[in-house]
Amino acid sequence: MNAPLAATRPGQSVAFRLGIAMMVILVVVVTGTIVAAGRYGQRAADETFDRLLRGAALQIAERITVNEGATDVDLPVSAFELLSLARSDRVFYRIVRPDGKTLTGYDDLPLPAGGGDGIYDATYKGVPIRAIRLTRRLAERSLSGAVGIIVAQTIEERAALAQSITTQAVMIIAGAGVALLFLAMIVVRFALRPLARVERAMLDRDVRDLSPINVPAPAEVSILVEAINRFMRRLDLRIEGMQNLVADAAHQLRTPITAMRAQAQLALDEHDTQKLERLHRRIYQRSVGLGRLTDQLLSRALIAHRADSEALETLDLRRVAIETEREVRAGLGDPLDLRLPGDEVLVKGDFVSLREAIKNLVNNAVKHGKAPVSLIVTEPRDGRAAVLVHDAGDGIPEAAAAQIGRRFSANGISPDSAGLGLSIVAAVVTSHGAKLVMRHGAEGGFEIGLDMAAVDK
Amino acid sequence: MRIALAILILAIFGAPAGATETDLAAPGTETKRLVIESSTDLSIFAPIVAAFQKLRPDIAVTYRELTTNELNGHVARACNGGTFVADLVVSSSIDQQLKLVNDGCALRMDGEVGAALPDWAKWRNELFGFTFEPAVMVYNRAFFASREVPQSRFDLIDILREGDTFRGRIGTYDIETSGVGYLFAFEDAVQASTWGRLVESLGRNDMQLFCCTADILDRVADGRLLVGYNVLGSYALERIASDKRLGVIVPSDYTLIMARAGFISRNARQTALARDFLVFLLSEQGRKILASKSQLLSPNGGSEELAKLVGLDSRSEQALRPIPLTPALLVGLDSRKRRIFLRQWRAALQK
Repeated sequence: MNAPLAATRPGQSVAFRLGIAMMVILVVVVTGTIVAAGRYGQRAADETFDRLLRGAALQIAERITVNEGATDVDLPVSAFELLSLARSDRVFYRIVRPDGKTLTGYDDLPLPAGGGDGIYDATYKGVPIRAIRLTRRLAERSLSGAVGIIVAQTIEERAALAQSITTQAVMIIAGAGVALLFLAMIVVRFALRPLARVERAMLDRDVRDLSPINVPAPAEVSILVEAINRFMRRLDLRIEGMQNLVADAAHQLRTPITAMRAQAQLALDEHDTQKLERLHRRIYQRSVGLGRLTDQLLSRALIAHRADSEALETLDLRRVAIETEREVRAGLGDPLDLRLPGDEVLVKGDFVSLREAIKNLVNNAVKHGKAPVSLIVTEPRDGRAAVLVHDAGDGIPEAAAAQIGRRFSANGISPDSAGLGLSIVAAVVTSHGAKLVMRHGAEGGFEIGLDMAAVDK
Repeated sequence: MRIALAILILAIFGAPAGATETDLAAPGTETKRLVIESSTDLSIFAPIVAAFQKLRPDIAVTYRELTTNELNGHVARACNGGTFVADLVVSSSIDQQLKLVNDGCALRMDGEVGAALPDWAKWRNELFGFTFEPAVMVYNRAFFASREVPQSRFDLIDILREGDTFRGRIGTYDIETSGVGYLFAFEDAVQASTWGRLVESLGRNDMQLFCCTADILDRVADGRLLVGYNVLGSYALERIASDKRLGVIVPSDYTLIMARAGFISRNARQTALARDFLVFLLSEQGRKILASKSQLLSPNGGSEELAKLVGLDSRSEQALRPIPLTPALLVGLDSRKRRIFLRQWRAALQK
């Protein structure tokens, strides 16, 4: 996938995503509010106009009388004036006698479905109406029973009021929605400004510039900037390591290869078998040395790489010692004396790097020290554990010891030199946060090794 | 200009026996026919129809004249049965008109029709009041030449106390037969507490009852009656213009104003034409024709016109009380209410 293309795809734009999210929220909220406003408008209108109905019905109920054993009603004009407040609604009424017959009014005006009192919706003369039924209980000497009063109105005015309330509410909500969207856009732009700043800072810098970005950024973005900076630091180190490796390799390999080529040249012109054999041997020795040198260079590069990329794991130092012994065993004249404690010695480290470091120490001891050579893992004490290589010799000269840690010491290190090996050790020591121990042993001889923090079981 | 009228008296199918149907032929070639059913005299309506036909020469008009009760029954039956009787229904019995509209017999017009009318003179954009007719008192000028003319109901009650002077010489509508009489009496009862006292005084003075406005006006003119109460002002005003024996009082305590009203039938055949005629009737031009040719004032500016005609002071002008076209008019039509009201009326008049 093409990286710049991915970066500009609209789906990846934070502003676009925020915008969409806010739009969705706004639409949901606005829709919800509009529905609510519609319901509210209808309810408010119903409440208002139902009061007219109720008031009119009550006024009529008051004027129900009993005359010579018969129910009568003297309709109050005020009740109808009250209903006329709903200016353009038609009015229907019906008074039902206790015997169920209509006393006066529209005798086909529908009664509520349930039969009880209250407000109900119905259809009359083909139009929807809102009606109330009220019961007036008569308890006269001559007559007792319930007179039903039904008052109804068409629903035009209440529908218009509901509509008007809803429309106004919707207008306000819509206005607020647009204003919110506008504000939200401004806020998003404002909030994303630091990102643009970082972006500009990145674009403006030189392509070869791997120094940390130093731009004021909000917390959310500073993590990103920090990550970029860390990545650049690593990149920087990696590039430097690679350059070192190339420099080292060039420096270390050129001389022996030149020497080998010269000897091979000599061998071409030599006819004396004895001299030829001597030349062969030298070429062989050179190539062995060159092999080891290459090995070491690669090993150092490997360690540098691992220090950079591999996470440290908890491992048993004894296993590292055993593995190292197994690998160097073949190349040794005398067997290596392995001294290990009974319990596991746990440290945090990289198995391969530690093995390479110890291998180098053992090789140095074998080559430059005196037999017998021992590989010792100490029992953890005070939170520290050590792996040490002991020989019976006098150890590394002060001057050479001071050189440890340099990439390569002085010119013309021979393939047999300890310099490169020790620089590997130094690199492992650094990457593990360990200490390089060099001391004369209690029973004589010389000890060199790594002192590391032990890990609790 | 007077157009030739072909007056036909027909007993058409379904129409009440008393209906008078007049064919106002189209001045030009007839393409459409508008049917108007009305309680208003043709003589009052003819000028406005003629003016309309002048604008639209292809329109013929059938004008059917009935009494208010006949008209109401006729239209209600047609409305319930879903049959056609007329495109436009006009009546001075505005309570019955309102009930017809309430019962869904009218067609709703767009907001442009009657937009200029005051609120009280229209309802639901279906019923439109197009006149401004006060309920007035008329008096015999000769008799009141040496006396103070009563200006209000209070004054009337006062002079009625003067012995037997007015016994049998006051007239009003028989509200049991006259629609407009019942309407005015009912509204009187609603409006004021003077009603009880007034009816009682009238009863004591043996008030005479008449079916029609003309009967009262004739009798007041020739002196058989001295005062006519609650007379339809439009007729009275037209009469005093030519008859100096009569005087008109617009009561200063309050004066009821009635707007006769029309609506377009739900079952109209010529809806658009009826609408056009209604718009013309309510237009500036229509108002002028009604005012000049028929002495009918309009709800628009009616109070100023009335003040000009009879010389009202501002107090009386403020006492004008239009009867609004609202469902409150249904109360008077309620059968129980009507019985109760008429019972009280009869009891007060001892008839």
